[in-house]
Amino acid sequence: MSAPVSPPVSSVIPAGAGTAPRARRSGRLRRLGAAGLASAAVIAVATFAAIFGPLLAPYNPDLPNLSLAWVGPAGGHLLGYDFQGRDVLSRLLAGAQSAMIGPLAVVILSLTAGAVLAVASAWRRGATDALVSSGLDILFAFPGILLAVLAATVFGAGLIAAAIALSVAYMPYVARVLRGAALKERNQPYVAALEVQGASGTAICLRHIVPNMMPLIVAQATIMFGWAMVDLAAISFLGLGVQPPAPNWGVMISENEVGVLQGYPLPAIAAGACIVAVVIAFNVLGERLFERAQAARI
Amino acid sequence: MRWRFLIRRLAMLAGTLLVASFVIFGSLYVAPGSPLAALSGGRALPPGSLQVLEQRYHLNAPFLAQYWYWLDNALHGNLGISITLRENVSTLIASRIWTTAALVLYASVIIALAGIGLGILAGLRPGAVDTSALAGTALTAAIPSFVAAIVLILLFAVRLRWFPALGNGSGLLSDVRHLTLPAIALALSSLAIVARVTRTAIREEADREHVQTAVSRGIPARQLVRRHILRNAAIPITTVTGITVASLIAVAAVVETAFSLNGLGSYLVQAAQTKDLAVVQGISLVLVTAFVVVNLVVDVLYALLDPRVAAGARAR
Repeated sequence: MSAPVSPPVSSVIPAGAGTAPRARRSGRLRRLGAAGLASAAVIAVATFAAIFGPLLAPYNPDLPNLSLAWVGPAGGHLLGYDFQGRDVLSRLLAGAQSAMIGPLAVVILSLTAGAVLAVASAWRRGATDALVSSGLDILFAFPGILLAVLAATVFGAGLIAAAIALSVAYMPYVARVLRGAALKERNQPYVAALEVQGASGTAICLRHIVPNMMPLIVAQATIMFGWAMVDLAAISFLGLGVQPPAPNWGVMISENEVGVLQGYPLPAIAAGACIVAVVIAFNVLGERLFERAQAARI
Repeated sequence: MRWRFLIRRLAMLAGTLLVASFVIFGSLYVAPGSPLAALSGGRALPPGSLQVLEQRYHLNAPFLAQYWYWLDNALHGNLGISITLRENVSTLIASRIWTTAALVLYASVIIALAGIGLGILAGLRPGAVDTSALAGTALTAAIPSFVAAIVLILLFAVRLRWFPALGNGSGLLSDVRHLTLPAIALALSSLAIVARVTRTAIREEADREHVQTAVSRGIPARQLVRRHILRNAAIPITTVTGITVASLIAVAAVVETAFSLNGLGSYLVQAAQTKDLAVVQGISLVLVTAFVVVNLVVDVLYALLDPRVAAGARAR
């Protein structure tokens, strides 16, 4: 048998660092606690804005009016105007779409690829495992933002290139966490029983191992959504992601940064607050889900 | 056997760097656009000078040969010429690397002192201190570096005028002043993560039986914390600090851009926008090398703190 392995270095940044497990209460939602419920509400609002934002926007988010540049909140314009005299609230609502859909794509891509690699290497072990592990070790050498800059150089700046680059960069982290869980699952007696009964490897993986890992996968997805939102907004802030004049929270911060220096901080701060609120919500919810996934495993 | 662990990790490092350099060169090699057009800056050149360029940059050589020329030159400190600035990439990197290194180092010191300090405090003092530390770090962990940057500029540069808002300094003292806000912006979210992990590690260790035994033996609190709790908790704390410090190397690009600092990262971003391939390749290579080396140092520290790691690596 393999020697007890120290925890993989990357998985030591625990998603669920902190907060001791609480007493269990009944009710699916109540188990999330007040902070968890508030987080779920923030995520729901952000999702709603991402879907219906352009319809909800009270004014045209792309219509500049230079005579209104940097004008503060007034007459129905709750958050005032940005550097080109566009309505900030409308731009925030319209920008929710690209802010939310990018992380969603990253989470889906990196989780699918990471889970497939993790389950495959846990199932076959030996050479497959060694090959996958060393391939992932090399990917670890590329920080997400650097990979995104490379992708922007090769394919041109844009949300799609950035999302693909981040998915590749996150994949090794996902695969390491899930590989451990898959390995544990693979060593369960019920898997051996199924094998003896002649069930095929694919069927066991898809029908039993992956469903049993689902709580962990969902928790991982939630935490990663927050990371991806920060990194994608950073890339857009750098001018390598979503391109202006398209509304996007990261873009709004970079184009309104001048306003902070000139005494009109509201547009940039408002966009920053949106990012922070959504990221906190995903972090808190993800931690709760991790605690529950771990509690269920013991 | 410690040595065998180190040698194995060094070999892995060399292999990773080789593959990474191949990826960096290869991905930009397939980038659309002819390198000749980039070299000539879009101007039409006479066929004679085109030939000179082709020969000088080995543009007609097969891909692998070109990669070899590039790697060979890079190992000798020659990273090619920037198309936009018409200068040696190595010289350009050398003039900017200290800003980035100082920024990352400054932020690392902040993370190590404030993050670990806060974590120890929260871990040892359950109750109000702990609760507020948890809530505070939950907030700061979610603040991206560029959002922290604009808030810090607003508060400490525009309103209070304690620190300059943008740009590099001149001279040591002015450099430190110019780098303070960027370093805080860079450190903030990592600091929160380090504090939370430290707190959990301290809390777990303090609940262990050997600590209870030490308490019942009447060992003074100061010694208890230092010898019995901190020494064991040091393993996860070192790991998380090392990983977050390594991740700063890439995030520095965002902070440098936000504060208009003249560092490697902001230059990389500009080069990516202008498709200055030699610069992108050169800086990527430097950043990946730094990242991998820091990770190696973390792994070695980890093995020194926890002998089971080196032993486990040998058994595998």
